[in-house]
Amino acid sequence: MGNNGGFENRFGMNTRLINWFGYASPATFYPLAGKMIPWFWALAALFGIAGLYVGFFVAPTDAQQGEGYRIIFIHVPASWMSMFIYLVMAFWAALGLGFNTRLSGMMATSLAPTGALMAFLSLWTGALWGKPMWGAWWVWDARLTSELILFFLYIGFIALQSAIDDPRRADKAGAVLALVGVVNIPIIYFSVKWWNTLHQGASVSLTRSPSMAQTMLWGMLLMALAFWMYAIAVSLTRVRAIILERERHAGWVEELEEVAT
Amino acid sequence: MNWGSASEFFAMGGHALYVWGSYGACALLMVVEPILARKRRSQALTELKREIRANQDSQDETTP
Amino acid sequence: MGETSLFAALGAVIRRDLLLAMRRKSDVLTTLFFFIIVVSLFPLGIGPEMAMLRQIAPGVLWVAALLATMLSLNRLFAADHADGTLEQMALSAVPLGVLVTGKVIAHWLLSGLPLALLAPVLGLQFDLATGSLGVLVVSLLIGTPVLSLIGAVGAALTLGVRGGGVLVSLLVLPLYVPVLIFGAGAVEADLTGLGATAHLSLLAAFLALAAFFGPWATTVALRIALE
Repeated sequence: MGNNGGFENRFGMNTRLINWFGYASPATFYPLAGKMIPWFWALAALFGIAGLYVGFFVAPTDAQQGEGYRIIFIHVPASWMSMFIYLVMAFWAALGLGFNTRLSGMMATSLAPTGALMAFLSLWTGALWGKPMWGAWWVWDARLTSELILFFLYIGFIALQSAIDDPRRADKAGAVLALVGVVNIPIIYFSVKWWNTLHQGASVSLTRSPSMAQTMLWGMLLMALAFWMYAIAVSLTRVRAIILERERHAGWVEELEEVAT
Repeated sequence: MNWGSASEFFAMGGHALYVWGSYGACALLMVVEPILARKRRSQALTELKREIRANQDSQDETTP
Repeated sequence: MGETSLFAALGAVIRRDLLLAMRRKSDVLTTLFFFIIVVSLFPLGIGPEMAMLRQIAPGVLWVAALLATMLSLNRLFAADHADGTLEQMALSAVPLGVLVTGKVIAHWLLSGLPLALLAPVLGLQFDLATGSLGVLVVSLLIGTPVLSLIGAVGAALTLGVRGGGVLVSLLVLPLYVPVLIFGAGAVEADLTGLGATAHLSLLAAFLALAAFFGPWATTVALRIALE
């Protein structure tokens, strides 16, 4: 795209930004990510153990839902992360589209499967929660329905990128799709909510039981942090693989320790 | 502490299927996904090494 | 470039696409017959009970319209891409966004508009009252341009891509959800006596949003595909 080239050049005049872009080049990022991954795994494990402990041993039994409510400690974090990852993905995609940085597109590509996984987990746990609470595996609850559509959006993004052979075109096309999706998500959520209230009246809310104890909130927050760290760790692992796949003809790749030996 | 015994813990007040079905699927996927990601990287590495070796071999042949 | 020449270019694109379509009428007719057949299959699958049919009519007609529009998306850019016209358009002095808008309008005139005009006849199969038929037509008239506008983005993104036809449905259908909800909702609200004004105004708001962002996103996607 002629436009983007001009955009980048204009910003390239600024020396500070040159450094910043240099830092974000795959060659510097690849080893940096390698060093960061174990730390994020450690954090994920730490938060996960703390969250599970709070979730199973500190949080009291719910008065209405019994022990079944303990699904909340993975259902809600998975839903949060699925939405958050889409935003982050769209952010990287937009950055890649605007500034023509290679790494941003790779980040967006590597985040998509993890986001889809979170959306799937949210649906799966939602179904398993719905069965004892509502007596049905699937209820057309506004949240579950929006989550399903979010899952479809992830699948569309992944399918589009994998159908395009040229990685640069795949990055850009994916970016446009992700941005269109980001604009649409609030509209979709709002319309599904409207549709839901018209058809079902007041539905039982999954997340806001009136007596939500403080400890439950803590459990959810800790688990959300664990999921967050997990998402970073696994997407960094994947982005390293993507960097190797795409930059195989760059000189720096051949000088890597793991390649040379 | 919420649980009197281990069996009570695993029974989850009669909701064992739902609770462990959720946590089990979550654990399974979160083990499988990193393994796949690592495998993708090691595959890329072997591919790279093979390419580099092939390049070196062809260079060796051409240089007298 | 003056405003008049922009409008002239817009008109020229619309006229050209309509002329091309008139030469190959079968494309347009296929979409229409697809719509008719899909809608007619539902009573066969569900049963001829009138009360039931009246209840499902808005959803069935709208989902069928969605699918029919989607099927026609492929011919939006594909032919022009194949013979190189699209690249000429991208290089011409007229902004690509204007040409894209023209193509989307032509697409709507060939798919959305006939669907909307045909819908009341099919609505009769479902025993819809005259008032509801009117709401159905109005909702389709406002809603189908949104489908064409969003669909154009998907069509541009999948231009020349492996399995583009199926892929475009995967990309575009989730984005059609709001239009489906409020389009079918308008007819349903009228059936239950609630009044369809709120639904129709929200549809109109979607149309305004899509008309603003759609051609722009489509232009970006086309430039990516043409690189």
